[in-house]
Amino acid sequence: MTSTSLLSVRGLRVSYTTRGGPVPAVRGVDLDVAPGEIVALVGESGSGKSTTAHAVTGLLPPGGRVDAGRILFAGQDLTALSEKALRAVRGARIGLVPQDPAVSLNPVQRIGPQVAEVLRVHRLADRRTAARRALDLLARAGLPDPPTQARRYPHELSGGMRQRALIAIALAGAPRLVIADEPTSALDVTVQKSVLDHLQGLARESGTAILLVTHDLGVAADRADRIAVMSDGEIVEQGPTARVLGSPTAPYTRRLLHSVPRLDAAPIAPPQPSAPVPLLVAEHLTKNFPLPRTAGGPRTLRAVDDVSVTVHRGETVALVGESGSGKSTTARLVLRLTAPTAGRIVFDGEDLTDARGARLRALRRRAQLVYQNPYSSLDPRQSVGDIVAEPLRAFRVTDRAGRAARVAALLDRVALPASVRDRRPAELSGGQRQRVAIARALALSPDLVVCDEPVSALDVSVQAQILRLLVDLQADTGVSYLFVSHDMAVVRRIAHRVVVLRAGRVVEQAPADTLFSAPAHPYTRELLAAVPGRGADA
Amino acid sequence: MTEALTTDPSAGAGLRRPGEPAGRAAPRRDGRRLLRFWLRRPGLVLALLVLAAVLLAAFWPGLFTDRDPLRGAPAEILRPPGARHWFGTDELGRDLYARVVHGAALSLKATVLAVAVAFLMGSGLGLVAGFAGGWVETVLMRLVDVLLAVPGLFLSLAVVTALGRGTVQVALAVGVAGVAGFARVMRAEVLRVRHTAYVEAARLSGARWYAVLGRHVLPNALGPVLVLATLDLGTAVLAVSSLSFLGFGAPPPAPEWGALIAGGRDYLADAWWVSTLTGLTVAVLVLAVHRVSRALDGEGTGRR
Amino acid sequence: MRRYLLWRLAQAAGVLWAAYTLAFLLLDLLPGDPVAAMAGAGLNSTQVTPERLAELRAEYGFDRPLPVRYAASLGDALRGDFGTSVATGRPVADTLADALPPTLQLTAVALPLAVLGGGALALAATFTRHRKLRNLLLSLPSVGISLPAFWVGLMLIQVLSFRVPLFPAFGNDTAAGLVLPAVTLAVPAAVLVAQVLSRSLLEVLDEPYVGTARAKGAGRARVWFRHALRNASLPALTVVGVLAGQLTANAVVVENVFSRNGLGRITTDAVTVQDIPVVQGVVVFGALVFVLINLLVDLAYPLLDRRIVTSVRRSPA
Repeated sequence: MTSTSLLSVRGLRVSYTTRGGPVPAVRGVDLDVAPGEIVALVGESGSGKSTTAHAVTGLLPPGGRVDAGRILFAGQDLTALSEKALRAVRGARIGLVPQDPAVSLNPVQRIGPQVAEVLRVHRLADRRTAARRALDLLARAGLPDPPTQARRYPHELSGGMRQRALIAIALAGAPRLVIADEPTSALDVTVQKSVLDHLQGLARESGTAILLVTHDLGVAADRADRIAVMSDGEIVEQGPTARVLGSPTAPYTRRLLHSVPRLDAAPIAPPQPSAPVPLLVAEHLTKNFPLPRTAGGPRTLRAVDDVSVTVHRGETVALVGESGSGKSTTARLVLRLTAPTAGRIVFDGEDLTDARGARLRALRRRAQLVYQNPYSSLDPRQSVGDIVAEPLRAFRVTDRAGRAARVAALLDRVALPASVRDRRPAELSGGQRQRVAIARALALSPDLVVCDEPVSALDVSVQAQILRLLVDLQADTGVSYLFVSHDMAVVRRIAHRVVVLRAGRVVEQAPADTLFSAPAHPYTRELLAAVPGRGADA
Repeated sequence: MTEALTTDPSAGAGLRRPGEPAGRAAPRRDGRRLLRFWLRRPGLVLALLVLAAVLLAAFWPGLFTDRDPLRGAPAEILRPPGARHWFGTDELGRDLYARVVHGAALSLKATVLAVAVAFLMGSGLGLVAGFAGGWVETVLMRLVDVLLAVPGLFLSLAVVTALGRGTVQVALAVGVAGVAGFARVMRAEVLRVRHTAYVEAARLSGARWYAVLGRHVLPNALGPVLVLATLDLGTAVLAVSSLSFLGFGAPPPAPEWGALIAGGRDYLADAWWVSTLTGLTVAVLVLAVHRVSRALDGEGTGRR
Repeated sequence: MRRYLLWRLAQAAGVLWAAYTLAFLLLDLLPGDPVAAMAGAGLNSTQVTPERLAELRAEYGFDRPLPVRYAASLGDALRGDFGTSVATGRPVADTLADALPPTLQLTAVALPLAVLGGGALALAATFTRHRKLRNLLLSLPSVGISLPAFWVGLMLIQVLSFRVPLFPAFGNDTAAGLVLPAVTLAVPAAVLVAQVLSRSLLEVLDEPYVGTARAKGAGRARVWFRHALRNASLPALTVVGVLAGQLTANAVVVENVFSRNGLGRITTDAVTVQDIPVVQGVVVFGALVFVLINLLVDLAYPLLDRRIVTSVRRSPA
């Protein structure tokens, strides 16, 4: 295979210098990319996939060092090249599509010159022709009206458009290999799909190979000819996509495949109570945010527009939508964290729309929130025990001894060892922190827990565990969930009912089984079609 | 810049194996580790030693010299540094080393008082502004803007004009000039912490405002303010000595450092040591303070 | 944009008014009898009789209640009359105007020295690949900030005027006499520039868009000057106001060290004899410099960073 390879990595070892000495990040990786081929490098966070990709371009983050191995690109060992020779390779022969389009373009330079810079650096064009060719490149990358966009600054473009501009930059030098490092993980699914479609099309057209680094097995399944699975700095399995997904040999791959949420996987939600009792009834919720004044522009942004949601006891209702759909705002309205502009919130028969003081505190006792980011929702200075005990202390539920016992029971409930009680959040992994947050939410035995993207910051294997935990807790305690998510596959696993939001409005509301088997609204169908991994067979 | 001397949440996160409890990798401070920590930072050790020496000199100058800082020997006027007079003597034959040692008490007193005034008034203002919000915040922060608009030295000079000269007056003057900085940092930190998810979570858990303030906002906001306080110690040493150099400190025989340096300016050509060595003492002290402040700011957390 | 300009002008005027009020109150309310202080401040500080004191009180209007005095003095100030110096009997505005040119000359030389010196240091420190040199250069500002400015001046005089007589040590007269004071004044300012710029350069160099530039194959010089420097100097611009204030204040000390005429001389003299109107004038002047510079920076900012333009147009608040 080596003879026909465009890129051939052999025995690559990379380590990072830290206070405690060098920490290996990549431990002996062999990887091949043939001309025109799309290879996906898949792994969870910390697996070394991004480090491997960056080593190929010679652009490791500070402290990173290639300890051993060769990186043969078109027969040339990149690890042996001088910085100057490497610069001739970067941009011209290897392009890079970076991870986060929001911060990967120079904010004080117009788009056009940033694309033209590649041509100028490699002397592929003079100033005037470079500007003209930049327009062609932007057009090829699928940017509408390139002459206008080229004169704009990055902050004037949407995320998807910025990523297209970055694709134009990556392809400007007509490279033979493009390294795409999580190119769409910061984008909404529908945008993700169109950007990836476009990148793939362009590569096919010009015979460019792509090394696609991703955490998303679904993306890999849809796009790659071959998949290499990385774990803990090593490649545990690689082969043709169908083979790796269809009959994985490495136990890690099997585990990973098992935990990936899939649309066609069986739901794990417990059966709903037969006679539904409404717990939360929100009617015609509307929320306007004031906008900064502009000449002739709108004064307010309507983030939530006439949304009605009902959650019954023991039921999980999912609010799904892309960014800007108003799903998180709706969740905050329901908890009265922000006041609605209009509408009514009734909790267990009591109208709480204008509740303040004691009545609002009573709601706090019965409705809790689990945040998206387990890194920011726990006070870094408090111990886990103090964090979980906070609601008990605030409502003076029991005395000190009673609190300690309750905290121990709660930690046990969320399957954390008793020893974490005296630890601080920084000493825990992301999944453990989210368990702590769930324990805090459950401390007062609430009737409703609002989960705002509770698993989207976590790796898939941890995601599966947390979802399982939520479901088990529901089966045991009969708690209701209002589950906010952008991820249709996650929602499929645990929701009884789904509310689809778009631009602040409800576009469809149906029982989960109905919605996933026969989506009525075109937008729901679009969302479902954009979910990566549909192309792969089970 | 956020938390001083706590473990950095992001440091090992990227390299952590998924699913593995990170607690195992948490730093455990054993003796050897601590020793290595200090051995790798000779500058910090030196800085702490300098600070300790200045503190000792301020409280027990007798430990360093038994000479009288105020009595001169007419026979020993403007002697260069040597075994008998480490820093030489001044124009009245007074031992300069003794004067510098005894000056430590005056300078330290003024410095600590100045920082205390700035810290208490400034962070008080910032805390109230940040936590209360609304018009209270607007009024207080406009006031701080004004304090910030007038250069610190001018503000100090105005206070000296009103209060008259002297060590305590100079200290108050320097303190007033530092209020705005503390107020701004404190308010920014309080606002930052107030908008974190964990403070909202505490509110959602039913915690009342004083519990939120005491248990979450203050502990998390105080770190950078304390770092600023140590940094401000250095600034205050310089400001106090500037005012004393200009002649607004304690009246003449008192060995204030700034006044000592000013006293040597007439003899620059013949007796270099008077201004040079005293100034060097000030510079070394400030350098030490800055080094320690930098260590508090992030070295313990492995940042920077 | 016009609204924004008007709003900023109003804001600047507000700060000036508040600074004036602050100085007025500070000097009026703090313990100590201003009239007695001023009477003692006359050049022949003989014992003042109680009758003379009462006379002075009436002359300066101190027998009137505070709000009346404040209103009167504010009204005068708005007409450009900041009172008369107690020590010399000259109008404060004239005193300041006379003292200003030498100080302006000094700061005008020191400012470019500081910006170029500090900027070059920050660039060199971040650009060099030599680890030791980099650490040395990065630690220079923290050494520089620890040196008392007046002491640096004295050391320069000692070495460059007395040991090696290259420059005159004192006086306003010659251009050569400007060198040492300007260098002394530039040192702390350069330190500030170097600190802010190197910190912001290091931050910007970690930004993903710098990674994008590198991935294009751009060389180090291109990355530094085309991408990093432009972005890094934006946050550095915000300290220009602080820099101006610092220069003005340090000029007072430096002028004293080098026995130069200027703002420093009249300020220290005024503080020594408690010449309250002059001190008040100096404080307000300091605020004026800060406010004007910040106004200019704020107006220039949108030209350099297009992201601001949109928000500036939008929000006057």
